[in-house]
Amino acid sequence: MFVINCPYCGEREQSEFKAGGEAHIVRPKQPTELSDDEWAEYLFMRKNIKGIQFERWIHTHGCRKWFNVVRDTSNDKIKAVYKMGEEPPTV
Amino acid sequence: MKNKYSIFSLVKNAFSYHENWEKAWKDPEPKKEYDAIIIGGGGHGLATAYYLAKKHDMKNIALVEKGWIGGGNTGRNTTIIRSNYLWDASAGLYDHALRIWEGLSQELNYNVMFSQRGVMNLAHNLQDVRDLKRRTHANRLNGIDAVYLNTEQVKKFCPIINTSPDIRYPVLGGTLQRRAGTARHDAVAWGYARGANEMGVDIIQNCEVKGIKRNGDSVEGIETTKGFIKTKKIGVVAAGHSSVIASMAGLKLPLESKPLQALVSEPVKPIIDTVVMSNAVHAYVSQSDKGELVIGAGTDDYVSYSQKGSHDIVEGTLNAILELYPIFSRMRMLRQWGGIVDICPDASPIISKTSIKGLYFNCGWGTGGFKATPGSGDLFAHTIANDEPHKLNAAFNINRFVSGNLVDEHGAAAVAH
Amino acid sequence: MKKNLRVKTSNFIDETYKISFKFNGKTYYGYKGDTLASALLANDIHLVGRSFKYHRPRGIMTAGSEEPNAIVQLHNDTSRTEPNVRATEIEIYEGLEASSQNCWPSVNFDIGGINNLLSPILPAGFYYKTFMWPASFWEKYEYFIRKSAGLGKSPTKPDPDIYEHKYIHCDVLIIGAGISGIMAAKISAKNGFKTLLIDEKPYLGGSTIYQNTENFKINNQTSSSWLNKEINEIKKIKNLEIKIRTSVAAFHGYNFLLARESLTDHLPLEQRDNKTRHRLLKIRAKKVITATGSLERPLIFDNNDRPGILLSSAIEKYSNLYGVACGEENILFTNNDTAYEAAISLFQKGINVKAIIDNREEVDSKLIKETEKNNIQIYRGYTVVNTSGYKRINGISIMQLSKDGQKVIGPKKSISCDCLGISGGWTPAVHLFTQSGGKLKFRDEDQVFIPDKYPSDQISLGSCNGDFTLDEIFLSIPKKLKDFLNIKKTDYENLEIYSSFNKSKRNIWLLPSDKIIGKTKPFVDYQNDATAKDIKLALREGFRSIEHVKRYTTTGMGTDQGKLGNMHALGIISETADSKMGELGTTTFRPPYTPLTFGTIVGRNVGEYFDVFRKTPIHDWHVKNKAEFENVGQWKRAWYYRKDGENMHDAVQRESKAARDSAGILDASTLGKIDIQGTDASEFLNRVYTNAWSKLAIGKCRYGLMLNEDGMVYDDGVTTRLGENHYIMTTTTGGAASVLGKLEDYLQTEWPELDVYLTSVTDHYATVSVCGPNSKKIVSQVIPELDFSDESFPHMSFKNAKIDKIKCRVMRISFTGEHSYEINIQANYGKSVWEKCMKVGKEFNITPYGTETMHLLRAEKGFIIVGQDTDATMTPIDLQMDWIVSKKKYDFIGKRSLYRSDTIRDDRKQLVGLLTENPDEVLEEGSQIVADIKKSPVEMLGHVTSSYYSPNLKKSIALGVVRGGKNMMGQKLIIPMENKQINVTVADPVFLDKENKRLNA
Repeated sequence: MFVINCPYCGEREQSEFKAGGEAHIVRPKQPTELSDDEWAEYLFMRKNIKGIQFERWIHTHGCRKWFNVVRDTSNDKIKAVYKMGEEPPTV
Repeated sequence: MKNKYSIFSLVKNAFSYHENWEKAWKDPEPKKEYDAIIIGGGGHGLATAYYLAKKHDMKNIALVEKGWIGGGNTGRNTTIIRSNYLWDASAGLYDHALRIWEGLSQELNYNVMFSQRGVMNLAHNLQDVRDLKRRTHANRLNGIDAVYLNTEQVKKFCPIINTSPDIRYPVLGGTLQRRAGTARHDAVAWGYARGANEMGVDIIQNCEVKGIKRNGDSVEGIETTKGFIKTKKIGVVAAGHSSVIASMAGLKLPLESKPLQALVSEPVKPIIDTVVMSNAVHAYVSQSDKGELVIGAGTDDYVSYSQKGSHDIVEGTLNAILELYPIFSRMRMLRQWGGIVDICPDASPIISKTSIKGLYFNCGWGTGGFKATPGSGDLFAHTIANDEPHKLNAAFNINRFVSGNLVDEHGAAAVAH
Repeated sequence: MKKNLRVKTSNFIDETYKISFKFNGKTYYGYKGDTLASALLANDIHLVGRSFKYHRPRGIMTAGSEEPNAIVQLHNDTSRTEPNVRATEIEIYEGLEASSQNCWPSVNFDIGGINNLLSPILPAGFYYKTFMWPASFWEKYEYFIRKSAGLGKSPTKPDPDIYEHKYIHCDVLIIGAGISGIMAAKISAKNGFKTLLIDEKPYLGGSTIYQNTENFKINNQTSSSWLNKEINEIKKIKNLEIKIRTSVAAFHGYNFLLARESLTDHLPLEQRDNKTRHRLLKIRAKKVITATGSLERPLIFDNNDRPGILLSSAIEKYSNLYGVACGEENILFTNNDTAYEAAISLFQKGINVKAIIDNREEVDSKLIKETEKNNIQIYRGYTVVNTSGYKRINGISIMQLSKDGQKVIGPKKSISCDCLGISGGWTPAVHLFTQSGGKLKFRDEDQVFIPDKYPSDQISLGSCNGDFTLDEIFLSIPKKLKDFLNIKKTDYENLEIYSSFNKSKRNIWLLPSDKIIGKTKPFVDYQNDATAKDIKLALREGFRSIEHVKRYTTTGMGTDQGKLGNMHALGIISETADSKMGELGTTTFRPPYTPLTFGTIVGRNVGEYFDVFRKTPIHDWHVKNKAEFENVGQWKRAWYYRKDGENMHDAVQRESKAARDSAGILDASTLGKIDIQGTDASEFLNRVYTNAWSKLAIGKCRYGLMLNEDGMVYDDGVTTRLGENHYIMTTTTGGAASVLGKLEDYLQTEWPELDVYLTSVTDHYATVSVCGPNSKKIVSQVIPELDFSDESFPHMSFKNAKIDKIKCRVMRISFTGEHSYEINIQANYGKSVWEKCMKVGKEFNITPYGTETMHLLRAEKGFIIVGQDTDATMTPIDLQMDWIVSKKKYDFIGKRSLYRSDTIRDDRKQLVGLLTENPDEVLEEGSQIVADIKKSPVEMLGHVTSSYYSPNLKKSIALGVVRGGKNMMGQKLIIPMENKQINVTVADPVFLDKENKRLNA
């Protein structure tokens, strides 16, 4: 189990958090103007990266804030955390 | 088969102290070109190669595996086999597999120990009851054996379940598929490998795919750690690593690869003679022929390729086990491990062509792929050979995520394993 | 013939404290401090069990947690029974009853022993090659295979013991309290680190503490007396916590470790009740020092498994620590100096050592010289080629090794013995290190794997790091500790170390024999009966990787997880396949290190603590009034109220009728309630619900449907506008948490520009719902201050009010189709409001109803229940709820998905009403719907989602989803049951009061 450094609360056990999948998939501003293919791309298609992944987590049993985590999915080592809306760090 | 297995061959070989057994499969170096290449040497990939050679008259086939055959989820799963799925498409797919299972040991001349000891699914709340009844009715009309059991019948079929009404989530009923059961996972991989090898398939281990070479919209071959291999047809059966291979061809898939854990207890004399699954309390358990309780845990919610999950998941699973089987409190966990499962949003697999000619994917089996191994291999082989899906896997095309015709099993079937 | 094998008194055994115990029904005695194994050996018992496959007699092999053979069932047939307990780990206690396993009728005479004779046709993987004919017989073969497999017996009664969890956070965790661990603990704690030292054994000091010879000295004291002083010293250090009988089970990433602290297993049975048996320690350590020591290797030769064959270090430990001789005629067989250390210990205790067989030809060391002083015969350059004796070893045959060690030469010599100690050198215990993700490297000179790359802030010290001898330990540890803890000095520099151990070793993984291998049984995995020839067979058949060989031969898959034999398996593979050890890799060491009981892992969360109960503030009233409860998520909801003599059907019919005829009352407190505030609250609702919200007037309520982004119905409920920028949303009971989660997700990540705040207030309010034609009369008496006229308080509106000065919110909304009110009040007043309604309503026969009646009433009205009438495949259009999907709104969650090629189809499953031909026949929920029963395969059009007998309509009604059902009104369909077919007609899903007269009555 990891320890996640919540940007609002500090280091906490992973069991206090929930994962929210790949980060920086922006919801299209005009969904109705997308083709079925483009909509499916947003809705379902994922990079599912083995290696450095930018992803979303929420501190469910804490501040209930969403934030971003940079994690190496091949060994679960967390490289960085940053708040929603902040520029992703270069890792 | 030139090296047929039987009690007679065992006795005969005993006289020569078993010095004369042949290799179950060779270890060839890759040729320059194949008619088709299967990427991934798990059960599904090996079965695909086997059926391509056997039923589609393709002889120049290679299977490449980055590690050792059967070393991924095939060798890590809890070996539950059943076909009592809700939707017609799923029922068709899984029952096709179950029918092959029923004669597989004989077909492969390799005892895969398919043991039809029945699979029971438990209901713990009123919606579970509705869902299980719905599934039982659908199964019956689809020609799949399934019966609904009340609490007393559940108790009778598996007396060690705690069916007391006083527990937190009492057992309100269940379903039973008697043709369902378990098999010996390693034997499935080895049996298919031996069969495929016999028909001339090159099984190439320790050969990692590094790239997929394309010419416009068609594939031309694969780059591997053993060099470039030319081919016009590539079948990818890479389970948790499907997205990694897809990205080599510039594709994205509707998959997330997550840790799934399982554990076994120390071996004991027979105590549970069937497979019992509970979704609401989240515990499923069977006992292997060796005597170990085989217990499946859940998935973690994050993407990971580390083959490790969190301890909370294991604790929660055993928590549920003790709720339903308080007698197991003093049993001991012997081994615990993790696999990487590729999960589709609708908890159903993909057995499909792609937008690239000659590139086919068989993935997204999530937590329940083992049971489908023979059927999946058979249908994927058909899809690769004919460049068209079989009617049994037509619904499992990748386009369903675009058109919206999902085969939603986790929303509907009460159990996803 | 009873021998006394108890030798000179040991400091670790209390001879004044005699303990009786039973083994296989017979009573024996031992002393406090004994393990079951040492007590059995003292009673001259070696034969403890039978092996897994061949049922060969097996005895005690080791003196620790690596024991493969001596495993027993404790307290057979009682609630405290436990299978597969290692005799070498369990401390004896008054009342201990142990019995042999995997044998019938007894360990002395075991029918299963016939398997040993059949062994020529039972090589590795034999079961894959046979039992296939005839196909239908597998079930029968399997029955016998299962019966003969397994070891001990599962308990069959619930566990009377208590388990608990404890979280520990420390600066430095030290695993293993041998000499290295003790040194590390002292330095760490003295430098101010909060330190935890744990060891699986009941004593501290590891193997050094009983290494009682003059051949190992530290500053001129024997190593054991030096260490003893250190131990006494560290016990006084305040920031050092020491836990014995505590075994680290798992070392996960981020320095998260699990350890089992055993608290009562060594106590007399009668002292155990109401005490915690095991405590699972969940340790998060900033730094971890692994000092887990090493395991002695056996040697692999023909018949190396007989009772009376032990590791040489075990023989030494039994003699030094427990004061027990393992035999009277001992022989040691070794490829290194360890056996000589054992021999000297035995001499000191007056135990006979007859001979030493040493693989090495030219070797000299102080230890050997010391040994030779005792006139003992040493066979240099020899190997054991066979052993004899069935239930106890009675002799060995030895031959000379060729120069290259590949074959045996010269004449064969037999020597009698009753105990054989074997030593193949040492294997560092790197299990925990590799579990944590550490990578190993292979050290060629002594053929061991040692830690290479550490994945976290941790270090390995002592023999688990390959530093086996005293001089190596004192050379490496001070420096390593200084680096690791970032400190200037340790107490252990410039000590004078004297160690007479010579490190030379002649490593031969599989010793040669005069017979062809096919005729021998050189065991590699004792418990699973995997031999070297099985491994060779696997390689011959094309299994090349260690994982394949392990799985094919079952090597390393026993309860000892291959602690003894895995290295030999690797060695034999590398020799046979001509590949390098370092390149083969190792098998994965999977947690736990030693098996962990399920109860320990689960802790207190059993029985009533399995999961929390959520109860409404009115729960006690429901209990008092004979409610049956339904589990909805974690909530306990009143399902129906049983009156005298009623069954469920009667009760529901009565409740349903009363609600329509006069008045009913429902506890709706479990519905999720989310308080929504902010200047953008209306816009937010516009985006999350399918319908439009901006124009909802303050004080008005509106029903909303929420979709997933893939267009499928997710949740529903009524939301009320309390103020300009203030709404209260209700959700389904089961969906409350996930809806809030989803809303927060969109708010924080997609629409951070919106000024909206969400707060869950589900538990803060109790909700009392009163419905029926007389509801107004009742509620207006409960809240007399309020104007209940239809003009002032119409359907779908809300008012603030007070009941006895307590603020409450009253909504006029309805899930039953009746005129009805919901009173929301601070939770702790819920029960009194409920009771007030009951009191006032008495004259109107107000009738409490549960969820079942609620479901029936809403079905009469055609209202859906999300999760019952929908699964994750229904769109609002499928539900024929097009009216709630705004065409004007630019976007809302899930909108785009409704217009995909397969979601706009007309032939999707759609919600319809169903009426049975026979109005008394009630359909089974979940039954399937077909049009043509003769078609094969039968085409299923949909299924029945809700079905009831309506006492108000006096007929059976049902809701269902049917493919293309929207256009099938009036059409006849069939419900095929197992033994009959039921004819139904597709109907409007609104069965009652389509004009909403009752709502506005």
